[in-house]
Amino acid sequence: MSDSAAKFADRQLTEDTRSFAFTTQIDKLVAWGRKNSLWPMPYGTACCGIEMMSVMGPKYDLARFGAEVVRFSPRQADLLLVAGTITEKMAPIIVRIYEQMLEPKYVLSMGACASSGGFYRAYHVLQGVDKVIPVDCYVPGCPPTPEAVLDGVMVIQKMIQDGAPRPWKDNWKPGEYR
Amino acid sequence: MNNIEELKSELNQTFQDADLSFSYKFGNNVIEVNKDVVIPLLQHFKSTGRFDLLMSVTAVDYPDRDKRFDVVYELFSSRDVKRVRLKTQLAEGETVPTAQFVWKAADWFEREIFDMFGIRFDGHPNMRRILCHHQFVGHPLRKDYQADHQQHCTEALPIHFDNPRDGSEYIEDPNKDLTPLNIGPSHPATHGTLRVMVELDGETVNRANVELGYLHRCFEKMAETHPYNQVIPYTDRLNYCSAPMNNIGYCKAVEKILGVEIPPKAQAIRIVLAELSRIIDHIVCLGASAVDLGALTGFFHLFTYREKVYTLFEKLCGARLTVSMTRIGGMANDPPEGWFDDVLQFCKEMRKGIDELELLLSGNKIWIQRTKGVGAISAEEAIEWGYTGPCLRAAGVNLDLRKADPYYGYDQLDFDVPVGTNGDVYDRYLVRVAEMKESVKIIEQVSKNIPGGDYTIRDKGIVLPEKKDVYGNIEGLMNHFMLVIKGLRPPKGEIYDATEAANGELGFYLVSDNSGNPYRLKVRPPCFAIYQSFPEQITGGLVADVIAILGSMNLIAGELDR
Repeated sequence: MSDSAAKFADRQLTEDTRSFAFTTQIDKLVAWGRKNSLWPMPYGTACCGIEMMSVMGPKYDLARFGAEVVRFSPRQADLLLVAGTITEKMAPIIVRIYEQMLEPKYVLSMGACASSGGFYRAYHVLQGVDKVIPVDCYVPGCPPTPEAVLDGVMVIQKMIQDGAPRPWKDNWKPGEYR
Repeated sequence: MNNIEELKSELNQTFQDADLSFSYKFGNNVIEVNKDVVIPLLQHFKSTGRFDLLMSVTAVDYPDRDKRFDVVYELFSSRDVKRVRLKTQLAEGETVPTAQFVWKAADWFEREIFDMFGIRFDGHPNMRRILCHHQFVGHPLRKDYQADHQQHCTEALPIHFDNPRDGSEYIEDPNKDLTPLNIGPSHPATHGTLRVMVELDGETVNRANVELGYLHRCFEKMAETHPYNQVIPYTDRLNYCSAPMNNIGYCKAVEKILGVEIPPKAQAIRIVLAELSRIIDHIVCLGASAVDLGALTGFFHLFTYREKVYTLFEKLCGARLTVSMTRIGGMANDPPEGWFDDVLQFCKEMRKGIDELELLLSGNKIWIQRTKGVGAISAEEAIEWGYTGPCLRAAGVNLDLRKADPYYGYDQLDFDVPVGTNGDVYDRYLVRVAEMKESVKIIEQVSKNIPGGDYTIRDKGIVLPEKKDVYGNIEGLMNHFMLVIKGLRPPKGEIYDATEAANGELGFYLVSDNSGNPYRLKVRPPCFAIYQSFPEQITGGLVADVIAILGSMNLIAGELDR
């Protein structure tokens, strides 16, 4: 094939593909897919768990963000929604749940108690779930409104899309109490 | 309620040698006794039928006293709606015989006292920690334990079972042919943080045990370290499915010890709030337990109505779930204009919603087969365990504090108390549905006749002045300053006061030492007493029924573990 013929064939191909394909980077394609198909594992322990039901419920409907497949098995989930107070007694269990999740995994801490212990500065309450597992997004409120939780999920979606670095997760060691 | 004289003459005859001292304070009958007489007295009350329900057992720590601890038994008579409190003093290291052979209900309450205060009960087969984790050292509700001293837990307990009631040692599965199964604390059907451990023979439960405390948030210690009004947000988070009811229960107890009566308008608002909460509490209970048995539609359908109540709460105070709308002495503010019309509109919609729920479930073949005859409990057994609320009424006992011991003008309202016959899961469901209808009836009656007047009392030693007075005149500013600095100080004494919450009797035992914080605040959570019967109820049944029974008990971890 001559040079000009090859050039013509290339141009033809480009024009043809425009109608049915687009080009991208593989990372971006994967990130796009991950972002829009988060499978949350709801870890509702307390009042925030009730508000999380509203997030899943008919009015706020997390399904609109591609996250409607609620999984109660950590092995099938990639977003851990920690909703509610984590007590000292619960701490070893949530670490185990987190370890059972497959990569890539994200953690959203919903509400004041999960984020910092909240107003329970007390002998049996873990002062924030980030003491034992890495948290990607904190949603304030006691309990946060469902809108705030949706916003938190969108923040995580953006992190996935941008491939934001997550040193808190990379440096995490199981069994460590920070 | 004052029958202390009657009790005095009766007991002085039967217990001539015992050194009993009788008193009547803040509307409560109190008998102080020596620790050796406690069990005979309890037995006497039970056998004569004078008091048939053991409501709670608790303790109070007075470190400066010779005999450091008070152990307090709260008894109730479901027949003539009377209460009595037994108190006995114990020194450090002293023990008292267990009451669980008189009333099974004493079991967990005594374990809790051991956990929190380190008081041992002789003859109790399972004197182990119940709320704090197993690596915890010390007893947190003692006054010398620092409220924020945390102790880290590094591992979860493996599957374990209680010693049998007869005092024999727990024997591990001898032939090793049973299957141990662990459910929770993170399991979708446990609605929170409950952990159930069973030993299965095929599909039959051979042995069962539960572990709680995964949501022990130290409510009682937090109450001791906060001023009276600041405890209200903590009470919200007890039974978070019906938060306003806890606010009301707590404020009612404090108001009673202060000796104030709230204005009629505040009472009306509280009734509306309480009944709305009862409806949404039952919505969560019914919706979630239906989900566990495979009926997902009911949950989504009912949650629409829950959202409507949230919208009402949001209009009222800005919060959806944890409203903290009450203050000691009344409410925080007036409802906005037209709020009661919105409530009436909601009632109309709710009536339709309940009818639709009944169409979905009441005659549903699968639902009936999964629930009828499952977890049945007799009225006597239920009373023995300390059941209250819908679970007790489903067993056929007509006991509702709104009727039996009316407060806030419930006696002026027209409503019925639905009662079941079998005490099984289906009856509990029916009672809850019927209660929702009655609540709608109550709300409509009250909302149509809201009394005028103020929404709170104006006692300057109890209620903060309005903001316009604080910034507008010197007197308001001074009152505000004094109340914030000095705090609300109820008179020295103690009180037990109860309201009918969605789950049953929600009691607050408050000890005041005339300071700005409660000296001791014990909550008597309804589902704590109900849940202790759970291992016995599921033993011998199918493992699938475990989930049905668990859902019908409406266990709210915040209230169970506090």
